[in-house]
Amino acid sequence: MRQFLRVAWIVMRKDLTVEVRSREILYTTVFFAASCVLVFAFALVREGRPMEDAAAGILWIAIAFAGTLALGRTFERERQTETLRALMLAPSDRPAIYVGKLLGILILLAVVEVVLVPLVGLLFNAPFGGSLLWLALLLAAGTLGFASVGTLFAAMLVRARSRDVLLPVLLYPITIPIIIAGVRGTVALLQAVPDEPMARFWGALLVFFDVVFVTLALWTFEPLMTE
Amino acid sequence: MAKAYTPLAVLAMLLFAIAPLAVASAPPEQTMGLIQRVFYYHVPSAMMLFLSAFICGISSAVFLFKRSVSADRLAVAAGELAVVFGLIVLVTGPMWARKAWGVWWQWDARLTSSLLLWMMFVAYLLVRRYGGPGSEKLSAAMAIFGMANVPFVYVSVNFWRTIHPNTNVVMTLAPGMRGPFWLCVASFLLLYMLLLTLRRHLEEQRAAVEQLYLALDE
Repeated sequence: MRQFLRVAWIVMRKDLTVEVRSREILYTTVFFAASCVLVFAFALVREGRPMEDAAAGILWIAIAFAGTLALGRTFERERQTETLRALMLAPSDRPAIYVGKLLGILILLAVVEVVLVPLVGLLFNAPFGGSLLWLALLLAAGTLGFASVGTLFAAMLVRARSRDVLLPVLLYPITIPIIIAGVRGTVALLQAVPDEPMARFWGALLVFFDVVFVTLALWTFEPLMTE
Repeated sequence: MAKAYTPLAVLAMLLFAIAPLAVASAPPEQTMGLIQRVFYYHVPSAMMLFLSAFICGISSAVFLFKRSVSADRLAVAAGELAVVFGLIVLVTGPMWARKAWGVWWQWDARLTSSLLLWMMFVAYLLVRRYGGPGSEKLSAAMAIFGMANVPFVYVSVNFWRTIHPNTNVVMTLAPGMRGPFWLCVASFLLLYMLLLTLRRHLEEQRAAVEQLYLALDE
């Protein structure tokens, strides 16, 4: 178990070190997410008044889009330098490598979300400040579910021909339940009086999905990455 | 199975010929009238969709962990049939909904999750077709995640408030409806098994031709 955590930690630190030196994925992803939000703001805000409940949906759509971009780039980097094969050849548990990759992407997406939440709040007059803790929990659970499936599929797609197209094709149908739960939970929080029991229900559902998806991903990563 | 195929195919055709008569003889539903008879095709198709999802998911798991090629062939066959029967569900459902609820489509838990399940198997076929070498494994993973979604679809209708009838309906059918309904289920099941075997056989033949072709090249 200690060995497992150590490998995961090293893989994550490696990813973050590479990212901190170039900041390529972080800058492009944040910029892309912000442009997404702007496009939605042009489409859905009329005369200073946004559509009802639009903010929650746009926040989650921006996260899903930006997440897809980040996942693709993270593994594209491994592909260009042929380092994924080297990682797989390392004498360590394959699931540990998966967990390391997943943690790296989660930290990256967390930074993106820190930028996105105030931006959406500002452009769509959404009172996110009222229940920040609940929002953070929903975002954490939702991002974990999305990234756990995303990391698995992005890792597999490294070898596929049309990987850029196939990642969203595979990822979105599977993760739509997560987006639904995330959006509904966030909408509940944005009511004039935050509806916490409702948010708790959707949060619990997100945790349920997280457990199922992470278990499945850990279970299938090894045979899937074996050539 | 090859020998039994023709008689079973004839039996399936017979059942499908009788089914409309049986459905016509069933008592009309009091509030919905004629359109309720869509039920006799809609529900069995949905059952076949779920069955397909399970067969595809389980055989994909067997393929991944045991590296059994024949399991992969069964998975392709089931994946394609899931899309076909899912399409029947998604066409007959809105027809019924238009009459019963007044709208073609409603974004409630059951409808949304059935659509998602269907989309997952469309994605499964897309990956298989366009994923290039190694796409069997990719699609196998897709099928396993798709199967994980099935219980969610099944339970969603009982847990959430929704206008779709819940799953007890089948067990509490009026006596006159029970016979035609199970007849339809039996005919759909027979058709399903036949198509599944046929499609798997086709996949085996395709692989054999490929082998011969490669052998000739060498």
